[in-house]
Amino acid sequence: MATFKEFRNNVKPNWCPGCGDFSIQAAIQRAAANVGLEPENLAVVSGIGCSGRISGYIHAYGLHGIHGRALPIAQGVKLANRELTVVASGGDGDGFAIGMGHTVHAIRRNMDITYIVMDNQIYGLTKGQTSPRSAEGFKTKSTPEGSIESVLSPLEIAMSAGATFVAQSFSSDLKQLTALIEAGINHKGFSLINVFSPCVTFNKVNTYDWFKENIVKLEEFPDYDPTNRIAAMTKIMETGGLLTGLIYHNQTRKPYEELVSGFRPEGLAKQELQLSRDEFEQLTAEFK
Amino acid sequence: MISQLSWKIGGQQGEGVESTDRIFSTALNRLGYYLYGYRHFSSRIKGGHTNNKIRISTTPMRAISDDLDILVAFDQESIDLNAHELRSGGVVVADAKFNPTLPEGIDARLFAVPITSIAEELGTSLMKNMVASGASWALLGLPLEVFNKAVEEEFGRKGAAIVEKNVEAVKRGSEYVLELAGGPLEDFRLEEADGKQKLFAIGNENIGLGCIAAGCRLMSAYPITPASEIMEYLIKKLPKFGGTVVQTEDEIAAATMAIGANYAGVRTMTASAGPGLSLMMEAIGLAGMTETPLVIVDTQRGGPSTGLPTKQEQSDLNAMVYGTHGEIPKIVIAPASIEDCFYDTVEAFNLSEQYQVPVIIMTDLQLSLGKQSCEELDYDQIRIERGKLVKEAPEIEEKALFQRYELTADGVSPRVLPGVKHGIHHVTGVEHDETGRPSENARNRQLMMDKRLGKLAKLEIRDALRVDAPHEAPELLIIGMGSTGGTIDEARARLEKGGRKTNHITIRQIHPFPTDLLTPYLERAERVLVIENNATAQLANQIKMHAGHGEKIRNLLKYDGTPFLPSEVYQACKELN
Ligand SMILES: Cc1ncc(C[n+]2csc(CCOP(=O)(O)OP(=O)(O)O)c2C)c(N)n1
Ligand code: SF4
Ligand SMILES: [Mg+2]
Repeated sequence: MATFKEFRNNVKPNWCPGCGDFSIQAAIQRAAANVGLEPENLAVVSGIGCSGRISGYIHAYGLHGIHGRALPIAQGVKLANRELTVVASGGDGDGFAIGMGHTVHAIRRNMDITYIVMDNQIYGLTKGQTSPRSAEGFKTKSTPEGSIESVLSPLEIAMSAGATFVAQSFSSDLKQLTALIEAGINHKGFSLINVFSPCVTFNKVNTYDWFKENIVKLEEFPDYDPTNRIAAMTKIMETGGLLTGLIYHNQTRKPYEELVSGFRPEGLAKQELQLSRDEFEQLTAEFK
Repeated sequence: MISQLSWKIGGQQGEGVESTDRIFSTALNRLGYYLYGYRHFSSRIKGGHTNNKIRISTTPMRAISDDLDILVAFDQESIDLNAHELRSGGVVVADAKFNPTLPEGIDARLFAVPITSIAEELGTSLMKNMVASGASWALLGLPLEVFNKAVEEEFGRKGAAIVEKNVEAVKRGSEYVLELAGGPLEDFRLEEADGKQKLFAIGNENIGLGCIAAGCRLMSAYPITPASEIMEYLIKKLPKFGGTVVQTEDEIAAATMAIGANYAGVRTMTASAGPGLSLMMEAIGLAGMTETPLVIVDTQRGGPSTGLPTKQEQSDLNAMVYGTHGEIPKIVIAPASIEDCFYDTVEAFNLSEQYQVPVIIMTDLQLSLGKQSCEELDYDQIRIERGKLVKEAPEIEEKALFQRYELTADGVSPRVLPGVKHGIHHVTGVEHDETGRPSENARNRQLMMDKRLGKLAKLEIRDALRVDAPHEAPELLIIGMGSTGGTIDEARARLEKGGRKTNHITIRQIHPFPTDLLTPYLERAERVLVIENNATAQLANQIKMHAGHGEKIRNLLKYDGTPFLPSEVYQACKELN
């Protein structure tokens, strides 16, 4: 069985020292090892952004796509080969601005994919513009007088889109984060894990200290029941979305792959391509 | 006896025009006639005039006809809008209910059949189409059993009672009209067909069939006219082969999902029309840059923007050839017949894996939706070639990466699928080195650009040009693409009869442009006429840019939404200077 070291490669990330993304990388590597994966059976698909570079920093099959499209690519990978573990990842701009349409529909589709958003409330790669996750009033390069749009709540959107696994974590909390990624991978269906990942260079508001002060950990509520949809929604609203832990988990809904009629358990990619003469003639007979 | 005939049915959209046409033409196909259909429809679902025209012939042909022999009209509007096409001595079968009249100056025979009342007597006005088609079938004096068999198949699912009623409707319609006409029309008696078994399909169905034959097991797509039939065909068939169709949230998802699936090893395609193609542009670049196979069908319709969404046009050529920013290798193939739709689709999947490039199959509305006779498709011609796809990767030291973008003599590198041990590599749209890792190194950049762009240097697809060039030095060379070939053939035959030496070439490999193949034909022709359904002569401009001879080249352009008629092409050639 592979250890987390086997998921490391020898590429030095070009993230700024102190960037929250480092811990997310480490958490994915640990979680992959903990759930018993081999590197060749893991596919990491990422978008574009500082965060999007992550697929190049893990020793696994990695695909660094285009801005906002990690999810449709990841779904294609999963449909092609159900035997792979597919992790999609990217920034808050990637998943909640340009890729928001895909995020909602990927949630609805519920393929067995783990989606990890590296949420720094800002556009890092393009050097500090507002993101849908930036707080109202937040001054950025593109909102010099402060953002005048309301903040998007991905957790509420995920809940209302019918998500079967919704979690949130903080990159400093490696233990919780690793456990949540493991749970996400083990969950049969789509898992959204939004991770607060401070951008030390362009976000001077949502800093490590700020999160430590403001975050509520669900572990502190022993009675919290993540299978209760209404309770989950209430908790998200009560905390203004600043909560971490497993927020919602629905194990009754089957993943997309199991609902597609005719879909076989072995990956599509492994099936015979050539039709028999008989099969072909049956198909053409319909046009006579 | 006549060897060909054209028949049209018109009415309000949703009134049964489609099903009447379907049954009528299926029966004709069974009798072995060659058929070529043309649908006139609008974006509305109910209401609005619609008509279907079919040309029936004892010999192969692939064009709509200039004129019309029989018009079946459910309303006066259908007569008013279409009567001008009737040849003198033509026939109109119309519903007596609206007291049909022929516009002034139209020399045709009008048979007013109480179509609606017969249908209502039998229980429902829904059966009007059966009364009407029965009437027109009877006028042709064709065997009723064959027609009834088609009716049976159309309604079989709904039970014997319904079939019986419809057969009765056909009978009543035919009896009524034969009484009026005093028997079948002798001047409309078709010679017997060759009886050869043929398929009868639309281009989109043959593309769908081609996908399955090529081993494509997944389609991700977003509905759009005139591409949706591909998706609808595949969703019916793919589950039997373990595959499926995903209707995505948009075409960006459709194209990127297809890229993900191709990367992971399943032959996957998407299909759309102009608006969707526009949305796919960035994804096409990703496929080109990451050397991931991808097959896209663009069924062209009237642009720009929403344009003429249900009408014929060939105006996406530039978008297909040039689309996406930066420079990537890409193949654009234009099937030019219903058979091509099948064989080219199979080839597209092979090319996309052999060269690891996006391949666009370019059709146009008329080719995608015009239902027509198709020669039997040859199973033995189906070959699946996956190029340099490797099943296993040689053992390498721990953490070393598979050389997915290895620089090779032909520019194509070995490809391995996720899941394979020792095959791990990186894939990115960022410029990368041989292992796929990002690299901004100037020398690497140049090597990688040359590698990718060089892959198609020698590409020549099957029938890159379809050449009909009996003359060594013709007065005229006509060049076209897509669905216009059959129309040009007919115009050319008439020109030849008049003594004009004319060659005809259909360009099927649109990109990379087959310059060397085309040049000798251009050189030897006195004059070249390029025929295309767009306003800016996109094909002619490709020819001029790659092969020169601009001084000889003239354009025949049509962008009013309708396909060329043989007479229009003939006239333009005659007037050409
Ligand atoms: C279609 C397109 N538009 C714009 C860009 C430029 N761009 C790259 S990353 C990015 C936003 C990055 O923000 P986020 O997704 O939050 O990632 P982060 O860098 O913060 O991790 C933008 C706008 C692009 N690459 N592609
Ligand atoms: S700019 Fe921000 S998000 Fe990007 S690497 Fe630096 S700290 Fe991380
Ligand atoms: Mg961000």
